Amino acid sequence: MNAGILKQILLITDGCSNQGGDPAAAAALAREAGITINVIGVMERDIIDEKGAAEIQNIAMSGGGVSQIVYTKQLSQTVQMVTRKAMTQTIQGIVNKELKHILGSNGSIEALPPEKRGDVLEVVDELGETVDLDILVLVDTSASMKPKLETVKEALLDLSLSLNARMGNNQFSVFIFPGKRKETEKLLDWTPKLESLAAIFPKLQTGGITPTGPAIHEAIRHFDRKRKLRGYHTHDDGQYFEESI
Amino acid sequence: MMTDNTLKNPFNDPPGTVVTGKWHKNRYRLLKRLGAGANGAVYLAESAAGPVALKVGVSTAQVASESSVLKTISKARGQSLGPSFLEADDWERGREIIPFYVMEYIDGPDLLSFVTGKGFSWAAVLVIQLLSDLQHLHEQGWIFGDLKPENLLVGTPGNRIRCIDPGGMTKIGRSVKEFTEFFDRGYWGLGSRKAEPSYDLFSVAMVMINLAYPNRFLKKQANGFPQLMAAVRQHAGLCKFEAVLRKALGGGYRTAFEMRQDMLMLLTSHREKKKAKTTHRPEKSKLGQSRAKRRRFRKFKKFMAAMMIILMISVLYWYYTYGQISIPF
Repeated sequence: MNAGILKQILLITDGCSNQGGDPAAAAALAREAGITINVIGVMERDIIDEKGAAEIQNIAMSGGGVSQIVYTKQLSQTVQMVTRKAMTQTIQGIVNKELKHILGSNGSIEALPPEKRGDVLEVVDELGETVDLDILVLVDTSASMKPKLETVKEALLDLSLSLNARMGNNQFSVFIFPGKRKETEKLLDWTPKLESLAAIFPKLQTGGITPTGPAIHEAIRHFDRKRKLRGYHTHDDGQYFEESI
Repeated sequence: MMTDNTLKNPFNDPPGTVVTGKWHKNRYRLLKRLGAGANGAVYLAESAAGPVALKVGVSTAQVASESSVLKTISKARGQSLGPSFLEADDWERGREIIPFYVMEYIDGPDLLSFVTGKGFSWAAVLVIQLLSDLQHLHEQGWIFGDLKPENLLVGTPGNRIRCIDPGGMTKIGRSVKEFTEFFDRGYWGLGSRKAEPSYDLFSVAMVMINLAYPNRFLKKQANGFPQLMAAVRQHAGLCKFEAVLRKALGGGYRTAFEMRQDMLMLLTSHREKKKAKTTHRPEKSKLGQSRAKRRRFRKFKKFMAAMMIILMISVLYWYYTYGQISIPF
């Protein structure tokens, strides 16, 4: 069974979008393009903004992914858990589809007797370990995120540590919104290692609006550009390219 | 869909609730909730065969993979670190279908409260037990993964260490999915999250540190090694294990067995030291020796080897010349 490359957008934000279209609509579009969106809401101690929380959940639901609201200090573990969970979810979807093929319309892990589930799970586990993964991280850098950016950086480095222990290949790319001049700014192009973030992140300027919707649109475009690049260079698998635009 | 809410746990069934399996039709009466986490809850339950532990979960996949791990582990001979597996089934709670599995109920205090209650001298003994169980587990091709005092019980009777949460068990060679920062070498900047025996052994060292410092601390810099070693040296009970802990934290042990041997040697050699003090006859073990002494001993060994070679060659030469002289006769 070949799961291809799993594509995910990881959105890290702390509240409501206030510019551009509805981010949930953008997320639905991503899902149609085969990209899963996971959202992590980073909150200060006890302040959970209901409207923000609803939006976070909504984006993940339309994006076919996982959402989670956490306090800043739990971020590292949550980031890796959410990514893993979404991966397994996608793979399980693929495996369930295969099961339907074999077992008919109600083929799913749940429909199997408990004794048989272990074998299916073994396939899911194996795929989760070996599948290639592309993750585009979208970080909200509006003013309220300033005190949380250091933790976000730590969490992303930790994520790359976790995912790079897998057998499959990983590619990461990092975008921030709002950018210096544009709504969205590319911080890091596709790379298997996130270490270079450590140098860029502390220098980030925060402030301004929160254009979550447009940022998701930009992320989808960036995935598309990568696909095209791959098309041109199908024979150089191990190489990574500088963005030419 | 799969959205999660960490703030509430969906499993809060009152004692007396009866769980009936959809597939095997076995009945379990819940007696007490033993613990709850993000993925589910564990209850003490009454079955036809006596008390059991019953784990309900949110996701069928999670429950299925945990029960298949437990099944694999319980098949192994001898004393198992984990609880033995009984069965897996689905429970129809109203319209919901909740997957669960049933395992042996292990009674006893958790490791941290046991050691804080009975004294730090228990820590080393229990860790030595743990290491021999880990050796078995590693030989079967698995690591424990999420090793921490909360996941370890000291079973009564017998004071034997057991684990209760198989959720973190990972096949060797794969990546560790479940971990707790304080016990994770990745967090301390001291290694990858690849499942290999040395990952568990790092956690074992951290379990020892946690037993000495019940309030876990946070890392101060990217490389946590100096901070951890300072903590080891500052604690009266821990500092005698400095050599072993240093090696385990640095990833120097390849097997649990090696680490166990070193721990055992330290414990027994320390007793010898005490004896030596009372009889005023200093009889130091190899590990107790100072570095300079060992270096001198090594120099002496080199010297002896050189002497032996010279001696051998001269004997051979003598034999050769003697042989040559003796041939004409």
